[in-house]
Amino acid sequence: MLIMISKRIGFMVLTMLVVSILLFLLLEYSPGNVAVKVLGPYSSEEARQLWLERHGYFEPLWWRYGSWLGNFINGEFGDSVRFRVPVSEVLWPRLWNTAILGFWTFAIMIPLSLILGVLAGMREGSRLDRIISVGSIITTSVPEFASTVLLSAIFVFGLKWLPGTSSMTSGFEVKQMILPVMVLIIYDFGYVARMTRASMAEVMTTHYIRTAILKGLPYRQVIMKHALRNALIAPFTVIMLQINWLLSGVIVVEFFFAYKGFGALLLEASLNQDIFVIEACAMVAVFVAVASQTIADIGYTYLNPRIRFT
Amino acid sequence: MPDSVTPYDGPVLEIEDLCLSYYTRAGEIPAVVDFSATLAPGESIGLVGESGCGKSTVAMAIMRYMGSNGDIVSGTVKFKGRDMATLSDEELRQIRGSEIAMIYQEPMAALNPSLTIGSQLIEVPMTHDGVSKEEASKRAIAMLADVHLPDPERLMEAYPHQISGGQQQRVVIAMALLSSPSLLLLDEPTTALDVTVEAGIVELIAELSRKYNSSLLYISHNLGLMLEVCDRICVMYSGEVVEEGHIDSIFSWPKHPYTHGLFGCIPLPHADKNARPLKAIRGQLPLPHERPQGCYFGPRCDFFKAGTCDQESVRMSEVNTDDDPAHRVRCKLWNSIDHDAAIPMGDAKPPAEIGETVLEIDGMQKYYEVRDTSFAAMISGKGVRQVKANEKITFRAGRGETVAIVGESGCGKSTFAKVLMGLEQATDGEVRMNGIDIGGMPVQSRSPKQLGSLQMVFQNPNDTLNPSLTIGAQIGRVIKKFGVETDPVKIQERVLHLLDVVKLPRDFAIRKPRQLSGGQKQRIGIARAFAGNPAMVIADEPISALDVSVAAAVTELLTDIQRENQTTLLFISHDLSAVRYLADRVVVMYLGMLVERGTTDEVFSPPYHPYTEALLSAVPIADPQVEKRRIVLEGNLPSALNPPKGCPFSTRCQRRIGEICDNEPPPVQFNADRHGIACHIPMEELRKVEPVIKVSDKKPDPAGATP
Repeated sequence: MLIMISKRIGFMVLTMLVVSILLFLLLEYSPGNVAVKVLGPYSSEEARQLWLERHGYFEPLWWRYGSWLGNFINGEFGDSVRFRVPVSEVLWPRLWNTAILGFWTFAIMIPLSLILGVLAGMREGSRLDRIISVGSIITTSVPEFASTVLLSAIFVFGLKWLPGTSSMTSGFEVKQMILPVMVLIIYDFGYVARMTRASMAEVMTTHYIRTAILKGLPYRQVIMKHALRNALIAPFTVIMLQINWLLSGVIVVEFFFAYKGFGALLLEASLNQDIFVIEACAMVAVFVAVASQTIADIGYTYLNPRIRFT
Repeated sequence: MPDSVTPYDGPVLEIEDLCLSYYTRAGEIPAVVDFSATLAPGESIGLVGESGCGKSTVAMAIMRYMGSNGDIVSGTVKFKGRDMATLSDEELRQIRGSEIAMIYQEPMAALNPSLTIGSQLIEVPMTHDGVSKEEASKRAIAMLADVHLPDPERLMEAYPHQISGGQQQRVVIAMALLSSPSLLLLDEPTTALDVTVEAGIVELIAELSRKYNSSLLYISHNLGLMLEVCDRICVMYSGEVVEEGHIDSIFSWPKHPYTHGLFGCIPLPHADKNARPLKAIRGQLPLPHERPQGCYFGPRCDFFKAGTCDQESVRMSEVNTDDDPAHRVRCKLWNSIDHDAAIPMGDAKPPAEIGETVLEIDGMQKYYEVRDTSFAAMISGKGVRQVKANEKITFRAGRGETVAIVGESGCGKSTFAKVLMGLEQATDGEVRMNGIDIGGMPVQSRSPKQLGSLQMVFQNPNDTLNPSLTIGAQIGRVIKKFGVETDPVKIQERVLHLLDVVKLPRDFAIRKPRQLSGGQKQRIGIARAFAGNPAMVIADEPISALDVSVAAAVTELLTDIQRENQTTLLFISHDLSAVRYLADRVVVMYLGMLVERGTTDEVFSPPYHPYTEALLSAVPIADPQVEKRRIVLEGNLPSALNPPKGCPFSTRCQRRIGEICDNEPPPVQFNADRHGIACHIPMEELRKVEPVIKVSDKKPDPAGATP
């Protein structure tokens, strides 16, 4: 078990190193481009050379990569071109905002989709199953940019219950969170629910569920104790993948509602060629992706004893 | 928790005129028709029949667990006098698992893989008797000890996949018995297990049902097993009981042509592939919606009389013998059939001549390296360990000869076949085929001729055919690959010829595998193996996945083709009855080692290797005239990673003589030329051993054979 965890973590570090090399080569291979991005297209050649020299860009490539990596590990990502402050000062608050958004989305979506998925899969082909299956397909197939417009039209312009923007200019406000969270849940829950449903339906046809029923256990216990745990093994991986999706997939929602989150930051940085912000965001995104999958792998072995003890 | 306080002393189970149907898109499919049975307390009754005859459906109907598309059409199932159909879901739940319990065919599938054995056991008393968790675990541990599982406390914490198949089945039995049920339903409880394990489980079930006074409903396709475990049996065919009665009277004086046919299909000790070959029942089991008018068995029956058998449906009639008043048969003509002559038997065939040596195996061994990546192994430096899958295998096979390799799962039979086929390479020794060493020659570097001359028939015909190609294309491809023919017209001719050889209609060439039955697919597997005119064919459990009557037909087909082509047949099997019937020579393997080899007669009579002796004793024989000595092996097969230092069998041997068995590998002693036994016990001692199987000559007096 210990070996397995350390192997996974080692693999995770390796993945991040490879990504960092690719990222570095892609964005910083030619120093001239960096200078143009930082100083702007109308800067003088002289100023660029001076900037490059001051920031050690005439050192050999591997040396530059080494110090770049060292800085990254220490959390020094350089200065944002657009905000004129160190990247970390912009990045962490934005990441935190997205984390809040993601947390609420998850906290509501996961129980909802698991419950609906289990209810549907429990009696495959029943009326409840068909309602849930069709419902989840419909909500999932409506893209976020469509549902944002639709929900805004209803709740902001029609009923006037909720604010149309979520920029939190006057401090955190729960009301402003509702629409973004709602859009994300509506889009994603069907995916997880359908996955859970399929897994649950499969488990319900297994022989050990028959054994449990013919043992005379109450139906509730058959579901809760015997079916659920086995049915959750497959969706668990999918759920962990949603973390990943939330981080970069929220761009549309954050932009639409002017929510100051990670996705919006990434979009702004790309539009403004804010090179160091892009680098930092990319590395954070990769880290979250790899870390969540590592946790998923470890959690998977916990759920599935056949993998745990071999 | 039966709500009636007065003790119930009538029959445990009464089934009357039960008709069960499944409702599908194709309409109503009657699965079981007109089934009646009564089961007294402590009695055991068997349901026997081939797959699709409705045995399991009956068991599920007793539990009232038919799925969403199955239902009781008419008739009643009464459990202790209460009609199961009138019970509410809650009453039903209270009966399930407490008064009626079930033991299933595949123990691994029947246990929840992600819960510990303990937690799966304790919920039975907790649910039905409302006891505390501590009390429930106490009972579970006691029950695990009752089913003879070692170290019950530790086992409670284990997961199902951590124990062997035999142990899993014991856990399932323990689970069923925890609430001392009055009725135990056993659905092929030993079919997935090895013969020696089966013998242990059968004994255990008999012992425990006596102890808890449970009635048993035993479902199996294995007639031999039925004879050992049941008081009465019902023979089922296509959803109907065709014959029922006391076990002795059914086995000694069967009255229904189908029952006769079944006995003709199983290789009993007196069957012989040359003098008294098996006789398969012709035709196929009709699909439920294609059942004929009148007697369902009519089209396959040798005694069929038009005008009598194909009119209205046949009722059960009493046979009325003095010994067994309950013997009933569903046949209109049973009175006019000469039952002594009715035991079907094929025509005698000339024995095959055994020619020059084709295959010679000399000290072949196959070791696998297993890398252990655990911490402990890394520290102790035992990172790489060896699995001795085959150790010093030596024997030879002649042209036209049938050599059987016998042993339980994990004994290295399949590894041996893989080495021969070139899927694995031998680590030492020689495997000479027609004088050329092929032991180290991978399949890729063999010439088409070599490939064609050594082919294989696989165990499961359903998995070995490509589902998306037609039969003709699959056989044709093999013919082309082996370089037998290149011209498409000639290939097509040969495909049709091969279909003739395996006795299938020629238009099967354009069919897809899914349109074929299991037996037909296995015939295609045989046609494929014989496509390249092989000198030798390896048949790896070719009939173990097939039904009794289908297996007989495939066995006969295989021997006929072999006899005609003078092919050497290497028959890999765990079924000793089939081996005795089919083989000229037998090689017995245990844990990768060859423990005994010789001609079939030599191996099946003393002197035996103690393992051969135990194997012989474990095989159920469907003949009441056969007397067997019971030897039940204790313990499990040792791990191949850590085999015993001396004799591999020493840990379970019933004739272990002492330290020498544990510490020194046994020498091979020769009783006769080419009859070798690897054992420490002196040959004189082994010669004194009584035969395991005795066939008494006297046939019981056929009272009631003629009215």
